[in-house]
Amino acid sequence: MNALRLLLRDPVATFGLAIVLLAVVVAIFAPWLAPYPDDAFESHLLRRLRPPSAEHPFGTDNLGRDILSRVILGTRNALLVAVSVVVAAMAIGVPIGLAAGWREGWLSETLMRVTDVFLAVPQLILALALGQLLAPGIAAAMVALALTYWPFFARTVFAETRRLRSALFVDALAGIGARPSRILFLHVLPNAAPAVLVRATIGMGFTILTAAILGFLGVGAAPPSPDWGLAVSEARQHLPEAWWFPTFPGLAILLLVLGFNLLGDGLRDAADPRLRRSRR
Amino acid sequence: MSAPVLAVEGLGVRLRSDRGIADILDDVSITVPRGGTVGVVGESGCGKSTLLRAILGILPRGAEPPKGRILFEGRDILPDRAASARGRIGFVPQDPYLSLNPVFRAGDQILEIMRRHARGSRAEHKRRLVELFRAVQLPDPEAALRKYPHQFSGGQRQRLLIAAAMSCDPALIIADEPTTALDVTTQREILALLRGLVVERGLSLLFVTHDFGVLANLCAEVTVLYAGRVAEAGPTRDVLDAPRHPYTRLLLACHPDRATDLLGIPGTVPAATAQPGGCRFHPRCPIIHSGCVVEPPPLLPLPGDRAVACPWHADPLPETIGG
Repeated sequence: MNALRLLLRDPVATFGLAIVLLAVVVAIFAPWLAPYPDDAFESHLLRRLRPPSAEHPFGTDNLGRDILSRVILGTRNALLVAVSVVVAAMAIGVPIGLAAGWREGWLSETLMRVTDVFLAVPQLILALALGQLLAPGIAAAMVALALTYWPFFARTVFAETRRLRSALFVDALAGIGARPSRILFLHVLPNAAPAVLVRATIGMGFTILTAAILGFLGVGAAPPSPDWGLAVSEARQHLPEAWWFPTFPGLAILLLVLGFNLLGDGLRDAADPRLRRSRR
Repeated sequence: MSAPVLAVEGLGVRLRSDRGIADILDDVSITVPRGGTVGVVGESGCGKSTLLRAILGILPRGAEPPKGRILFEGRDILPDRAASARGRIGFVPQDPYLSLNPVFRAGDQILEIMRRHARGSRAEHKRRLVELFRAVQLPDPEAALRKYPHQFSGGQRQRLLIAAAMSCDPALIIADEPTTALDVTTQREILALLRGLVVERGLSLLFVTHDFGVLANLCAEVTVLYAGRVAEAGPTRDVLDAPRHPYTRLLLACHPDRATDLLGIPGTVPAATAQPGGCRFHPRCPIIHSGCVVEPPPLLPLPGDRAVACPWHADPLPETIGG
């Protein structure tokens, strides 16, 4: 709770937190908040490409669907993708980082070299390739993103584990017979938690952006689901006349990614106990 | 004379690593009498810290089961890593920075040790810990309970660890160069504090250092280690005034306060994986004899409770090399 107070003292981070919380609320209550919840899948060809008006504040798209409703309904998708991708990436990266940091020798070397290979390949390219390889769709995009993001967690946790491996408190724990898994998860991992948390938060923003790019390139979400990246992609054919069509989904992407990044930066400053003292 | 608090007998520690097999300690014996203060000196890498770790049961991974016996209050604690008797040994580590886990409150970590090893309720433990914090002169002892390790300065952290070492009513305090990470003024304060506590509470002390000044101040007896073996042992005064082993003689001649000319010892401490046969000091020894290369010299008892591992200890050193 101490960390939260420090976070709220930073106006920029608070702004980021507000955006993220707003997005979470919108995602949870999306079907009730959207003025035309059925427009997720229903089209009204007679109302297509109407500019913003009182009836449709964000206008309508090429199939006559209310864009505001689709932006609201798309929030749920965006957050779901972000959270599951980051959780999956952590589930892969954290144990690998712990194991590689704890052990010495071939196992550690192998794990870290594999990590380096994944780090060296540009993420978007790898995600595109994996997305194409599996059947295109939101699930494939999520698998691809998780498989490209875990090395960041592995590296972060590896560095911290290596630093603490020979610390006296670790030796003492081993001395009284604590098993490595207990030492690693209960005593070493909490030291890496601030760094992991920051990575995860920034990873959320990154994932939303990359998922949108994949959607735009046709490897992510498939029509007619209300995906922001997909909407921007569909809008291309109707530019420059229907400016509102790509603008509002695009702004939603921008805002949420910005929110996660600002929050991540704020967390980094607030949550690391070693940095905390210098801020007092 | 009552039984010693600690008796290390013929301790051997062997480490296996990628670089080969290393005999870090070979047939080391040290006795700490009840209420006694014993120092262990030697250059870096001579096995001082490993000796303490063996006593504490926290040898590094890759160590073979050690040979010999470590009797603490008459019981051999070497085979049992988690021997509860170790609760009565307080340890003051060399590096105060990573001895406590940075993510937990310092007070909680010490209370955890007390829960394991000391009698009484948590409230009693807390009260006792605050008293200890006062005894080691930590500022604001009540508040110190709730602080994280990083909120203490280096000197304060060392005081904190001395309090931790005292927390379970120990019979023996083991200290591993507790002042090397500190500046000279703080160093003096910490040593005075440690000596005060040991004398006041009638504790025994095993103190590792490479500083003869500290040694002379703090310890009644001394054991000199070279490359994992005992080179010389005896009352501190006598050993410092009249060293017998060529290594001790040269080492003391290196000390800036004592030497007329500042001399070094030729060569370096051999790598632990490549120890020479025979006497381990022979490649650097100025009075080497042919026998030195063949067999490790036994520890010879000398009058005045002394012992030296060199049959040529009475010979003078050549003028050109040492005092």
